[in-house]
Amino acid sequence: MSFLTYEQVARFAQQGGTIYFVVIFLAGVAYALWPKNRQAFRDMAHLPLRDDEDEHVGS
Amino acid sequence: MTDIAAQQDSPPGAVALLIISAAGAFLALMATALSPDPLFRLEGWIFTFAALAAAGALTVGVANGRYHADPGRYEDGVIRAGAIATVFWAIVGMLVGVVIALQLAWPRIFYFPDHGWLNFGRLRPLHTSGVIFAFGGNALIATSFYVVQRTCRARLAGGLAGWFVFWGYQLFIVMAAVGYLAGITAGREYAEPEWFVDLWLTIVWVAYLLVFLGTIWKRKEPHIYVANWFYLAFIVTVALLHIVNNLSLPVSLLGAKSYSLFSGVQDALTQWWYGHNAVGFFLTAGFLAIMYYFVPKRAERPVYSYRLSIVHFWSLIFIYIWAGPHHLHYTALPQWAQTLGMTFSIMLWMPSWGGMINGLMTLSGAWDKLRTDPVLRMMAVAVGFYGMSTFEGPLMSIRAVNALSHYTDWTIGHVHSGALGWVGFISFGAIYCLVPWLWKKDRLHSNALVEWHFWIATLGLLLYIAAMWVSGIGEGLLWREYTPQGFLANSFVETVSAKHIANIIRALGGLMYLSGAVIMAYNIYRTIRQPAPAALPEASGPIVAAAA
Repeated sequence: MSFLTYEQVARFAQQGGTIYFVVIFLAGVAYALWPKNRQAFRDMAHLPLRDDEDEHVGS
Repeated sequence: MTDIAAQQDSPPGAVALLIISAAGAFLALMATALSPDPLFRLEGWIFTFAALAAAGALTVGVANGRYHADPGRYEDGVIRAGAIATVFWAIVGMLVGVVIALQLAWPRIFYFPDHGWLNFGRLRPLHTSGVIFAFGGNALIATSFYVVQRTCRARLAGGLAGWFVFWGYQLFIVMAAVGYLAGITAGREYAEPEWFVDLWLTIVWVAYLLVFLGTIWKRKEPHIYVANWFYLAFIVTVALLHIVNNLSLPVSLLGAKSYSLFSGVQDALTQWWYGHNAVGFFLTAGFLAIMYYFVPKRAERPVYSYRLSIVHFWSLIFIYIWAGPHHLHYTALPQWAQTLGMTFSIMLWMPSWGGMINGLMTLSGAWDKLRTDPVLRMMAVAVGFYGMSTFEGPLMSIRAVNALSHYTDWTIGHVHSGALGWVGFISFGAIYCLVPWLWKKDRLHSNALVEWHFWIATLGLLLYIAAMWVSGIGEGLLWREYTPQGFLANSFVETVSAKHIANIIRALGGLMYLSGAVIMAYNIYRTIRQPAPAALPEASGPIVAAAA
């Protein structure tokens, strides 16, 4: 019977969780700040203003 | 060729939906006839009649050759229906809230022992589900269908599926509401419907997800606009939460009662994992999507920082999902799990305030509109209340603060500053924007009535939360007061009667908030009924004459 001890599970959850969240957060920030995305995001910020009361799709 | 075929025959989806409705009506009738459980039969009749009505309407529609959608146009009919349903359920849900507030303020007058269905215990879930799922849910479905089409430049996917989502969701609301009054409950907060209603909602919700994803799939914009990310997180996570929290075993196939698959503290944790993420993904992520579309649109300013909106989105959804255990401080839940929930709740300050700042700063360059446009002001106040209640929430999640606040009216006040201030106001703002756009009117019937709505609702809201702070903190202090001998100083009923005045002020605040919603309903009705802009020269005639 080789169950993991509480300490082992806790260490894995604490260290793994910390690494996981930091990596996810840094990936999100990197995506947001990536220079290549600058123009696309600037355009997207204006998207709600572009779709004026136009009945037709894909104008 | 396909165009000609489409003009001659009804789309296959309509015929399939007709067959499914008829089959559903038959099955529901059988289940109703065979069930020994009177409560289940009541729900069975409702479902049978709804399915028959759907089959009848579809038969008429198919026979008359309706349902020929123009793929070059947006599907707005279902959004119009959703806007009306939002206003309707707002009044129903808030009215029930006022009734139960009156029951708490004057229990001798508003207690009806001869009518069990008017008991507080049955009306309370009717109020919470009515405002969260009926009012809030319809606002989310309607606005999401509007926003996803406009920001993807694509017609809503799935033909009649959007209408199935709308009517299926109304049927879910009616079955849940009638069930609560009749005495059916699963006993889980904000998830009170029983297993068969849960199954029906699952079907409707998966259809909603497919319609939304299908529209994004067809998009003509390269990027998926941030509001759609928030809507998608709301739809996907609510599906996950709903299914897991409602895993249960029915006592019998044709009976209403079921038992949860979980037991003990696991059951409690599952419930609050659901409950807090209903706040995080239903009442926050979904309404943030409204903010990210309607605030820039109304202010005619771009999103303040699109980059911040991306960081806002990913950090919000990754952190919120862990915050649930703060509902179970000082329980059988292991302390490390309580601390985990508390820590993640405090971390939520950052994305919440990032989002609030992003929403408010979108008004930069258009601050003057807050003076002249009550609709924009309503949405700005909503974002302000989002910031306030997401500051208060993490504070209350701290174990030591929770020791004072938990089980008191402070929690009720906190929930209502989020629900009335944030969810309510951002939804009212979106409805005031949507109705003239959808019905092709160039303005609302009356801006002055929007001002009335804004001020009555704001004052009512302030009365409400101030009263609940006083009664909640007072109640918490009375509960923990000891005599020098170490006995509790106050009996429970003394702590209840201490709240009497606060309960009256709360009922008044709620009544004012409801009055605002009634004013909105009248204004919306008059806006829809006012003549189209084409007739404007005529309409402006009498105004000139009156001025002269």
